[in-house]
Amino acid sequence: MRLEFRAIGKAFGELQALRDVTLNVAEFQSLAIIGPSGGGKTTLLRIIAGLETPETGQLSIDGQRLDFSEASLLLHRRSIGTVFQAYNLFPHLTARQNVMLPLVKVHDVAVGEARAIVDSLFERFQLSAHADRHPAELSGGQQQRVAIVRAIAIKPRFLIFDEPTSALDPEMTAEVLDFIAELRADGRNLIIVTHNMGFAREVSDHCLFIADGRVLEEGRSSELFSRPQNPLLVNFLAKVLRY
Amino acid sequence: MKQFLVNRDGQVSLAATIVSWGLVALLVCAVFSFAFSELRYGWNWNAIWQYRQKFVQGWLMTVAISAAALLVSLLLGLLTALARRSALLPLRYLSMLYVESVRGTPLLVQILILFYVVANAFGVDNRYLVGVLTLSLFAGAYLSEMIRSGIESIRDSQLESARAIGLTRAQTYRYVIFPQVVRQLVPPLTGQFASIIKDSSLLSIIAVSEFTLNAQEVNAFTYSTLESYLPLAAGYLLLTLPISLASRALERRFHYAT
Ligand SMILES: Nc1ncnc2c1ncn2[C@@H]1O[C@H](COP(=O)(O)OP(=O)(O)OP(=O)(O)O)[C@@H](O)[C@H]1O
Ligand SMILES: [Mg+2]
Repeated sequence: MRLEFRAIGKAFGELQALRDVTLNVAEFQSLAIIGPSGGGKTTLLRIIAGLETPETGQLSIDGQRLDFSEASLLLHRRSIGTVFQAYNLFPHLTARQNVMLPLVKVHDVAVGEARAIVDSLFERFQLSAHADRHPAELSGGQQQRVAIVRAIAIKPRFLIFDEPTSALDPEMTAEVLDFIAELRADGRNLIIVTHNMGFAREVSDHCLFIADGRVLEEGRSSELFSRPQNPLLVNFLAKVLRY
Repeated sequence: MKQFLVNRDGQVSLAATIVSWGLVALLVCAVFSFAFSELRYGWNWNAIWQYRQKFVQGWLMTVAISAAALLVSLLLGLLTALARRSALLPLRYLSMLYVESVRGTPLLVQILILFYVVANAFGVDNRYLVGVLTLSLFAGAYLSEMIRSGIESIRDSQLESARAIGLTRAQTYRYVIFPQVVRQLVPPLTGQFASIIKDSSLLSIIAVSEFTLNAQEVNAFTYSTLESYLPLAAGYLLLTLPISLASRALERRFHYAT
C-alpha cells in the first residue's frame, strides 16, 4: 500500500503534536513507526485510522484522498482494523460476541454466517477454548489476540496497531508478536507503532522515525536500521538497543 | 457455638440459619409483646374486618400508582441523563436544574406546589394524574443521576473501541453503553421502586385514596388506630420485602467481573 501526507498538522491546545508532516511513503506491505515517547506516533496513527482529524493538510491512502468529514471517516474506520494498546474488548460480551458485534451490526453479516467466520478464525488462532469467556477471564495476551481477530474478521483493507504489546509481560508479548508476524506472512497490510525494535525490524519492510512532531527519517527497514542517517535516530537506536 | 459464626468463605449451615432467624424472631416478638401488653389496649379487629375492602383497594391503588410512577420516572431519568450529556448547553442546564432542585427539596413540598399551584394553573384537576407525575418527577431526578453515573463509568477506551470498529453513536449506546448500564442499574432501580412505594404514601395529603389514606379513613371511622395501621405496615412490607429479595437475586445473576 501507499501513503501520502501533505502538510499535516495537529495541535492539542498549545502543544503541536504534528508539525507540517509532508511525505510520500513508497509502496510497502508492512510499515513500522518508531520514535521517542511523545513524538507524535499515536497521533499520526490515529489520523490514518480515521479517529482524529488534523487541523491542516491532506492524507491519501493508495492514491485515494481521505475526506475528513465525520460521515466519510465512519466509512473509513469500518474498512480498516485497529488494535490499541489494551482494553480493546467490551467487558460485557464474550470473546465470540466481541468479534461478532462489528460483523453483524456494522457489516450486515447474517448471525449464522458471522458465527461460522468467528469459529473458524478462533480455531485457526487457537482461541476456540476461550470463545465463551468474558475478557476479564482471559489473559492480557489472549485479550489482544481476540482483539486482533475482531480486527481481521471484517476483512479490512489494512490493520493498524498502536503498541499492541506494551501492556503485556514478555511471554504474552511473544504470543501476540508471533500472531502479528503470521498476519504479515499471510500478506496483509500492516501499520504498527512499536517500542520493540527487534520486532519492528523483523516485521516491517518500511519504517518511519518520528520525533517532536516531525518525520525525521524514512526508508526501507533493512536500510534504516542498519545505516541510520539522522543523528537523532542514531542516538535513539543506540539508546533503545542498549537494553 | 462455632456454627453461629460466619467463616471466611461466608458459608453457613441451614440449621444455623434457621436457629438464628428463630432467635431474631423471638427477640422481636418479646420486645413488641411486652410493649403492647404495657399498652393495655382493647383490641377491636372486628371493626377493621368490615373495612377490609378499603384496605385491598388502597393497596392496589398504591401498587398501580407506584408501577406507573416507576415507568414514567425511568423514562424521565433516561431523557434527562442524556440531556445532561447533550452538546446543547441550555438542555444540559435544564437537566442540572431539574435534578438539583428536585433532590434538594422535600417530596411533601413538591406535591403541594405541583398540585395546588402548577396543576391548578394549567387546569389539571385529576389528582391521580398529578400524583403519578409528581412521584415520577421526584424519582426521575434520582434515577437520572444513577443512569448518568452508569454511563460515565464506561471507560473512554470502550468508546474509542466502539468508534474504531465503526459503530455509530446510536449503536454505541445500544450495544455498548446501555447493556452495561442496565446491569449496573438493576440493584439501585429495585431500591428506587421500593422507595417510590413508600413515598407514594405522601400522596394522601392531596386526597389520593391510596393505601395510607384509606387506612387513615378506616381509623377515623372506627377509632381503632393500631388495628388500622398495623395492616398498613404489613401491606407495605408485603411489597418492599420481595422487591429487596429480588434485587439481591438479580444482582448476583448480573454480576460479572470487569
Ligand atoms: N488528546 C490529547 N490531548 C492533549 N494532548 C495530547 C493528546 N494526545 C496526544 N497529546 C500530546 O501530543 C504529543 C504527541 O503524542 P502522541 O501520543 O502522538 O505521542 P507518541 O509518539 O505516541 O508517544 P508514546 O510513545 O508515549 O505513545 C504528546 O506530547 C502528547 O502529550
Ligand atoms: Mg503512543
